[in-house]
This record gives sequence, structure tokens and C-alpha cells, in this order.
Amino acid sequence: MVMGLINANPVIHEKKERYLKCSIGYLVVVLNVFLHHIRDIKDPEHPYSLEQLNVVTEDSVELNDESNHVRFLMKLTLEDSHMVCTRVTFTPTVEHCSMATVIGLCIRVKLIRSLPPRYKVDIRVAPGSHSTEAAVNKQLNDKERVAAALENPNLLDMVEECLSPTFD
Amino acid sequence: MDGAAAELREAHRLAGHADRVWALAWNPAPGAGAGPVLASCAGDKTVRIWKRAPDGAWQCTDVLEDTHNRTVRSCAWSPDGKLLATASFDATTAVWEYNGGDFECVATLEGHENEVKSVSWSPSGSLLATCSRDKTAWIWELQPGNEYECVSVLQGHTQDVKMVQWHPRLDILVSVSYDNSIRVWADDGDDEWHCVQTLNEENNCGHSSTVWAVSFNQKGDRMVTCSDDRTLKIWDTSADLSQPKTGEGHESWRHLCTLTGYHDRTIFSAHWSSEDIIASGGGDDSICLFAEETSSMVEGSSYKLILKKEKAHDMDINCVQWCPQDPRLLASASDDGTVKFWELKGSVLD
Repeated sequence: MVMGLINANPVIHEKKERYLKCSIGYLVVVLNVFLHHIRDIKDPEHPYSLEQLNVVTEDSVELNDESNHVRFLMKLTLEDSHMVCTRVTFTPTVEHCSMATVIGLCIRVKLIRSLPPRYKVDIRVAPGSHSTEAAVNKQLNDKERVAAALENPNLLDMVEECLSPTFD
Repeated sequence: MDGAAAELREAHRLAGHADRVWALAWNPAPGAGAGPVLASCAGDKTVRIWKRAPDGAWQCTDVLEDTHNRTVRSCAWSPDGKLLATASFDATTAVWEYNGGDFECVATLEGHENEVKSVSWSPSGSLLATCSRDKTAWIWELQPGNEYECVSVLQGHTQDVKMVQWHPRLDILVSVSYDNSIRVWADDGDDEWHCVQTLNEENNCGHSSTVWAVSFNQKGDRMVTCSDDRTLKIWDTSADLSQPKTGEGHESWRHLCTLTGYHDRTIFSAHWSSEDIIASGGGDDSICLFAEETSSMVEGSSYKLILKKEKAHDMDINCVQWCPQDPRLLASASDDGTVKFWELKGSVLD
């Protein structure tokens, strides 16, 4: 059974919470990304909007029962000075890497590629959402660990696939 | 020295690396008549060598490439200035011989299970230390014929080891880690290396998050560490931990002072100059300089900020290193892909 695209053209004002339930089961991870220098975003001299930065993407998930593989795209919106990632479901395809860590990596890569280099980004798992929250947060915010992880071809391939805007 | 306030003036900007510059090393013995020589290593998998041209401009004279196939994270010159060791995320450490003209890779040290984070030469030049995300530090001994033999695998850290640094005079090795601790290693005279002290949050006012770097003063009786907890800590390292102790109550290294509130993000690097000025650099793109408060009448040491250079780079500063031949020249390396040279001007004394 393959589920179709969920809302190929989402309206930003729709409610953010989306759950997917299917025969593989579901897991929900919520991440909050805090942007420092948030005043720069509101500064009229630096009128970057999320659309211009390409951070807001269409979100879409495709599930394939046979390969037990889930691809997802993330939608990031700016609310009250926080960049919020909508809830997604995810099944990792790389061993020894927790789902939260992989999702966190995807977010970090997306932000690095979308934001001007002067932005400092801290990523944290939403409190109470993960049993090894402190450990996940520490890893996601250690830039040497992140850099080394992204030199791992398997991990990088998966991140690229997760962030790719194309789907058939 | 004039009475003008201390100032860090940007003197040069070296561009060339195609990715973030992780670390720097000044050659301690570039040769009679030769000017200072700097090595830089980067995420572009290369090491660059920089020298001053006759007209005073700095140029890249060599690019060491096609050896490491991942980020080069750290580099270190041997005390005689003839060898350069480079540590890489590809899990190897390469040793390059510099014979005045060319660099040739003469050895590749394999053994770590994953990324090598740091490399350091002992004061005698006969031992090399490396450390890795595999939670260990290795000690290698140079044998005849450019062969390196691993003489000890130091186990004890419970996480990723970020940096290793030898004491400037004794065969004592310090390692700092993602496990928030600092470990001190010495051999018992029989080539058996042991952890002789652990400095952590519980026992010794240690750091509360990843420790990124360590640097000794010239004498070796002080060391500074810096951390993701946004502090620098100064330690009294005058006790000779390389000597086995008999009887009761042997001395240990102890915490002297914590410098808080000067950096507002992770501090990635700290370096102690031969003129006793500590430089630090971090994720807030700033460089801070500290010196000991000499006017203190109170027992115990305190250190004060001499100056803070904000926006020294456009992005994170990963490494700061004082030039051994000119203790007022500071080099900094950044995520922005550049290396900058700074001249410390003015009076740093009260």
C-alpha cells in the first residue's frame, strides 16, 4: 500500500500538527530550532523572508510498504521568533543513529544552506519528547561531530534525499 | 612600551582554503635566518604552508594534498621543525618531512577506529600523541626508518577525545574530551602509561560541558582549558605527576581560577604565549586576551581580561596560536575559510 501525497500545496496557516498513521506504525518527533540574532530578521535593512530564503518548502511524505522506507520533507515556519518544524514521521535507514539525531542533522543542513552564514543556530529536541534528550542535543550542537557525520557518504545521501524537493 | 591601551590590530588575512580552517601550527624552529612559518589545515582536506615574502606579504608556498581523503583537523610540527604531523577525519595521521624545499609524506599512522581529532609531539620529539572519537588517545614512538610504533593506547575517557597536548618539559600528556573531563597521563618508568589524574566537575571544579582545548604556559606550571560551557579554566600544574609517589598525600594539579562571561558561545581554542598572555577564540566570532592580575594582594591567582576583539572573523573561530618567534603576533583560523594575523599593540600591564 502506498499512501498518496499529503497536501502538495500546503497553506501556511493550516494547523501545524500533522500525524501520519499507516501500517508501518508512526513515531512523532518535534524539534524547535532557535535562531540567534532574531532581531536581524525583523530589521528592515535585512528583509529576509522565509520564502526568499527558500526555507519554507512544500511538505510531502511518501510511504512505501515494501521497502520500509519513508521519505519526508520538512516545512519550517517562523513563529514568535522561533523556527518551528512541523511534526513529521520518519523511519531511519542508517544504523547507529537515532531518529532524532538524523532529523536534527537534516534541519541543520537545511538551515546552513538557507541562511546567511552569520546566523548561529542551536537545535534542541523539544523537552520531554525524547528519552536521551540531553545526549541528542549535545551531539546536534557539536559542530565537529556534525561535520564528521556529514562526511559519511551513507548519512549524507540520506540527508540529501530527505531534503530533496522532487518526488514522483 | 607606551602607555596606550592594548589593541589587537589586524595585520594580514590569508585566503586560499576552500572550506573552514580548523587548526594552525607555527613551526617552532623554521631555520636560521628564516622567518616564521605557519601550517593551516582545513575541511578541504588540505594543509597549507604560509611564509612571508621579501616584500612582507604572506603567501601560501605549499599545499599538502592527495593524502587525506577527509577533513584535516589538526597539525603539529616536531620540536626540531623538520616534521609536520597531520591528523584527519579519515582516521589516519600523516607525517610529512620538510627538507627546506618540499614536503614529502614519510609515514601514515593507522589504528584509530574513526576520526582523529588532534596530534601533539612530546618535548623530546621522540613521541607523538593522537586522539580520536573512538574515546582513546594513542602514544606512538618514532623508530629508525620513519616507522612509528604504537607504544600505548590510553583508555579512560567515556566519549570523544577532542585534543591532546604534551607538557612542555616533561613526558606528561593531557587529553580533553566531550565527556567534560581532563585527563593527565604519565608512564611508570616501564613504558606503561596510566591516567594519573582526572579533572572533572565533581572533583576539581572542572568543566560542565565538552572541553575543546588545552594549552600550557612556557614553564609548564600552569595550563588553561576552554569549553562548550563558555568558560576558560586556569590550573596549577606545578606538581610533577611523572614521578611515582610514595607515602601519603601526593600532590596533584589543582584548579586556580575560572573565567566566565567573556565569550557567549562555545570557546574552541586557547593558547598561552611566551609573554604569559592567554588568547581565546570561539563561536561568538571573538578573540579575548587575558593576563594574570599581578597587583593582587590576595593569595591565589586571578586573571583579568586585557581586551575582547568582537567580530574578529565573520564566523566561528576554531583556533588561535601565538607565534613563537614574535610573541605579539597572533594567528586565528575560522569557519569563514581564512586565517588572520593580529598584532598586539600597546601596554598590557596595569
